[in-house]
Amino acid sequence: MELAMASAIGILTAAGVYLLLRARSFDVILGLTLLSYATNLLIFSSGRLVTGKPPVLREGMPAEPAYYTDPLPQALVLTAIVIAFAMTAVIIVLAIRSRADNHSDHVDGSRAEAEFQRREQLRHDEARLAAHAAELVAGNESVPAQGAVASPDREGRA
Amino acid sequence: MIAHLPLLPILVPLVAAALALMFEHRRFGMAPQRIVAWTSMGLMLVLAVLLVRGAAGGEVGVYLVGDWPARLGIALMVDRLAALMLLVAALLGIGCLLHACAGWDRRAPHFHAFFQFQMMGINGAFLTGDVFNLFVFFEILLIASYGLMLSGGRGERLRAGLHYVSFNIAASTLFLVALGLVYGLLGTLNMAELAVRVAEVGPQDRALVQAAGGLLLVVFCAKAALLPMYLWLPETYTHAPAAVAALFAVMTKVGLYAVLRVGSLVFGLAGPLAGFAWPAMLVLGAITLVLAALGVLAARRLRSLAAYLVLSSAATLFIAFALDTAGTVGAGLYYLVHSTFAGAALFLLADLVRRRRGAASDRKDVVAALPGSTVPAALYLMAAVSLAGLPPLSGFIGKLVMLEAVPEGPRTFWVWLLVLGSSFMMLVGLARAGTRLFWRQEPWPDASPEQVARYVPREQMREAPSRPLETAATVLLLAYGVAMVLGASPMLEYTRATGTQLQAPEAYVEQVRATLPQGRTP
Repeated sequence: MELAMASAIGILTAAGVYLLLRARSFDVILGLTLLSYATNLLIFSSGRLVTGKPPVLREGMPAEPAYYTDPLPQALVLTAIVIAFAMTAVIIVLAIRSRADNHSDHVDGSRAEAEFQRREQLRHDEARLAAHAAELVAGNESVPAQGAVASPDREGRA
Repeated sequence: MIAHLPLLPILVPLVAAALALMFEHRRFGMAPQRIVAWTSMGLMLVLAVLLVRGAAGGEVGVYLVGDWPARLGIALMVDRLAALMLLVAALLGIGCLLHACAGWDRRAPHFHAFFQFQMMGINGAFLTGDVFNLFVFFEILLIASYGLMLSGGRGERLRAGLHYVSFNIAASTLFLVALGLVYGLLGTLNMAELAVRVAEVGPQDRALVQAAGGLLLVVFCAKAALLPMYLWLPETYTHAPAAVAALFAVMTKVGLYAVLRVGSLVFGLAGPLAGFAWPAMLVLGAITLVLAALGVLAARRLRSLAAYLVLSSAATLFIAFALDTAGTVGAGLYYLVHSTFAGAALFLLADLVRRRRGAASDRKDVVAALPGSTVPAALYLMAAVSLAGLPPLSGFIGKLVMLEAVPEGPRTFWVWLLVLGSSFMMLVGLARAGTRLFWRQEPWPDASPEQVARYVPREQMREAPSRPLETAATVLLLAYGVAMVLGASPMLEYTRATGTQLQAPEAYVEQVRATLPQGRTP
């Protein structure tokens, strides 16, 4: 069980950090949510993992720690869940307002968005040209090399 | 009533915030909200004064919430440091509230409720004696600060707000990770208990405890804006509304308070881990100080200049606290109070300048004459002299006492060089900003065309109403600084005593462990 729990926390954290570092506010929010799940599991497991033991005193059971699970992490994790939930709500509203006001979902606003789009366009163009050239070379060996060079040139200028 | 005194600085703003929400301004107008806010502020000030008087003798007051033993329940703790910070927060809050009542509270719905919640979070963070409640109060003050910063805002401010909110949520998550590790390793979250268990930790757990404690300190350093984690600060403070930016001047100080508290109490008892983080903080604080001073020189707007000054004061305080002697900590606390008030005053002043200059805003590179510049210029001169650390104002006393207290050794030279060198850079930055904003009236004869193009003639300036309340708020914050000069001797005595108290964490541990539930019947 320890292994499953530890890997779950690790995978959630890794995914959360990856998403947190992305450029769209939606991804960032998802990343923060995953991180908070990982944290909740971590706090929960800080009282040691046990099964089948109650966190509160029960009649008929001796009042000794060995018969119970630690109740404090459960109380802590409840607080953490509530706070993370509220924070997620706040940041979603904020992201929606920011998108409406700045006309962009990019975390750095519309200027970064424009820059990003320019670069994406460039990348697309290059990929298309490469595919085009490869197609020409593979499809018809007899096409003169001049044609293959001329068409990317034209598109590159466009 | 007196027995419950430590709880009241948290309860009063909580009740006031609820009342402010009830008196909705669209139905009742602004007056009831303002009355509630001012009553609560006044009460907080009285409570803070009472607590300072109670703590001045040197005893540590422990309050057990719900009468549970400190190991099981929530404990509040009032010592000299906590009481001093409460007083600073209340005094600063009065200045900010005065500024907001000049008109900003009309534009931002629920300003007063957010403001009271923010005060509650700040007061709670200073009073709590356990690390998990520190997290809860941090969250309260952060949620309120999101509201304060963003309500009534649009456009760029929302973008800056998104960065601020996501950074802080990530930092809070890290805080929770650290808390989970600490609890898993040591089995408690009460600071006094933690101190005992950290001192007794066995060699096999030492590295883990160090990692968990280090994570905790990283989170506090993020709030206090230490080197790799300060990048959020200038942007956020530049885009926050004036009254809120001024209140935020105490937020980095909350982070510093937490660093000092955890560093001196939890990792304070003699043991293998005593003070393990201070050397690293000294170096990082020094680098932050240099970068902040460069930021002051490079800032294009008065508001971002003020933000970099807040950063530089936090860095100076990191150096003072990391030297970890009673003298430097005491002097650092005096400097902390001074820099909070002076930094807040500069934010209010920047707003005054920004509104008067219309399209030119508070940008330094735009040449424009400031209509009615006498009062703002005089106030700016005072704030700048104070912040740069020139005599005769409080910044000078703070830095002088701090440099004097630096212990003899190989580090003395470097600390003196850094503090004095950065002060000089700040002085140059402040003087440049002052000349450009207040003195220059028109393009000089040999100006280049693009400099002429940046000139905004007086006719194009928007006529901004000068609001006496806003000027009064700035004057009040600067007057605190003057009062600190006049009362420097008793105040330094108090902060030095605080430093001495912080150097002896055994007294806290004993006091917290000795306070037993009184078994009151409800």
